[in-house]
Amino acid sequence: MVGWAIAVHGGAGVDPTLPTERQELAKQLLTRCLNLGITALKSSVSAIDVVELVVRELETDPTFNSGRGSALTEKGTVEMEASIMDGSGRRCGAVSGLTTVKNPVSLARLVMDKSPHSYLGFSGAEDFAKQMGVEREENDYFVTEDNIGMLKIAQEANSIVFDYRIPTNGYESCGVEVENPIRMNGLPISVYAPETVGCVAVDSQGHCAAATSTGGLMNKRTGRIGDSPLIGAGTYACDVCGVSCTGEGEAIIRGTLAREVAAVMEYKGLGLQEAVDFVIKERLDEGQAGLIAVSKTGEVACGYNCVGMFRGCATEDGFMEVAIWE
Amino acid sequence: MVGWAIAVHGGAGVDPNLPTERQEQAKQLLTRCLNLGISALRSSASAIDVVELVVRELETDPIFNSGRGSALTEKGTVEMEASIMDGVGRRCGAVSGLSTVKNPVSLARLVMDKSPHSYLAFSGAEDFAKQMGVEREENDYFVTEDNVGMLKVAKEANSIVFDYRIPTTGYESCGAGVESPIRMNGLPISVYAPETVGCVVVDSQGRCAAATSTGGLMNKRIGRIGDSPLIGAGTYACDMCGVSCTGEGEAIIRGTLAREVAAVMEYKGLALQEAVDFVIKERLDEGQAGLIAVSKTGEVAYGFNCVGMFRGCATEDGFMEVGIWE
Repeated sequence: MVGWAIAVHGGAGVDPTLPTERQELAKQLLTRCLNLGITALKSSVSAIDVVELVVRELETDPTFNSGRGSALTEKGTVEMEASIMDGSGRRCGAVSGLTTVKNPVSLARLVMDKSPHSYLGFSGAEDFAKQMGVEREENDYFVTEDNIGMLKIAQEANSIVFDYRIPTNGYESCGVEVENPIRMNGLPISVYAPETVGCVAVDSQGHCAAATSTGGLMNKRTGRIGDSPLIGAGTYACDVCGVSCTGEGEAIIRGTLAREVAAVMEYKGLGLQEAVDFVIKERLDEGQAGLIAVSKTGEVACGYNCVGMFRGCATEDGFMEVAIWE
Repeated sequence: MVGWAIAVHGGAGVDPNLPTERQEQAKQLLTRCLNLGISALRSSASAIDVVELVVRELETDPIFNSGRGSALTEKGTVEMEASIMDGVGRRCGAVSGLSTVKNPVSLARLVMDKSPHSYLAFSGAEDFAKQMGVEREENDYFVTEDNVGMLKVAKEANSIVFDYRIPTTGYESCGAGVESPIRMNGLPISVYAPETVGCVVVDSQGRCAAATSTGGLMNKRIGRIGDSPLIGAGTYACDMCGVSCTGEGEAIIRGTLAREVAAVMEYKGLALQEAVDFVIKERLDEGQAGLIAVSKTGEVAYGFNCVGMFRGCATEDGFMEVGIWE
């Protein structure tokens, strides 16, 4: 019997000038979610149930970019996506293009448990949501003032929000008078605000699970799918570990980031933290991203190559940490 | 300078009772597509261009399940998806939920080359298609008599077409008076007809590329996304190899099958055929699937654990083979 472990994240790539009160708000949310998960783990709840309940909490809170508080499409609407994976049997479920579902991660869970498929998107996913009777809201429930403001800025900055970090075809977005030199996905970091959320957990039976949820890129084209709902990219869990990623979608997709952590553990025999470090260092090329991970032996780890990642981790032996910076 | 190599497939999981003339037709199509690719390679076309042009040909021909001739959704419509990946830089593009685009693989290519994103779906992907001015057709252009008939049979068999091969919650579909005992995705093999198409190529510069295209599962729910558009699952290319998979979508997604071939080559030092065999044997659990692959050193390989896979391969030294069975 191993100890349980849990980690949560609220996105990689944080504006270094983020006001202190925003930083505090974020850390309080992460702490609250961590504690929710810890309480459940102490009551022997399974990893798959824990990651779902924690991500639900992150979605419901408007602070990060998922569920309520999701980033807005170019049209000012939300299109949410999520995926969940149970290390036991590597079962998985994913959804994209949701506009009315209060908790995308729960719909992803239902896709996994109650549908004959693995991944449902857009109107088909919405139909499934109606069939399943999940909680639904009008699209404007998910839209926050903050994000309306962010969308304006992104559009005024005349930025093409791109996924690619490989310099090609002149997609470097035009510089605008934004002081901050840090850019992610072509936007100044003060606008970028990725804040995808995720949770990974290993329960006291040693079962791992992972879940990731997001509204996606600010000012994205309608129909754009990122890494968060893609198994192996944004989310992965198997009998060795559970992983949830965040950051530049294309880099995570090209790098099959979440699967990679497990692959180097399995095929190169690396320990969890080594695997996380290896993947962040070797698989991202010019991309910027971060991830959280747990192993079946009760370890927890995180890594990122950008400025900051909202995260929290805890293990059964009493270790607990919530942080944003290095 | 290495020799070029190319492989094409038209789906894994073939009805052993498939009439001989159908088998011949399929082999002729595979041969024609292989020859198209070979001519291009001899003219020094790049791998990424070759996989696109070959998959376009497979989509345009109504025989397999992609483009025209796509499997039908539960509503009798088509929702096509595809992905393409350039081993150089691991650039990628994917599309899902297309209903009017004549060549999905080409739209995936445009997503990769001309959009700021990696993956576009449903109405957003259709909007992009209009913007890009790609060839489009009414939905019924894609619908064939054969598939209208297949859809009826699938519905009459009262089969839930499922992705999961892990026995759970009673999803074993009810037997429906069909003689063949072989089932894939819950359907009798005579109805299943997955026939996803794909092509992998390494050119004379040693660059690898891969592309996969499909109409998806017969009788699928609207909005169902399978493995074909998912990077790392149905399609993968890097500097070592190019891979395209076909078969039971969920098994391929859970197994991150395409990425796996490259991962075991990179992390375990396996050669191409060994890697393919390893992945087919170890990563599929109860799932049934197949794949084709090429390596940067000019090798070609394929593997499948189900009954038959429509495929063809050729290498610069004159080797050429088109087959269906072992």
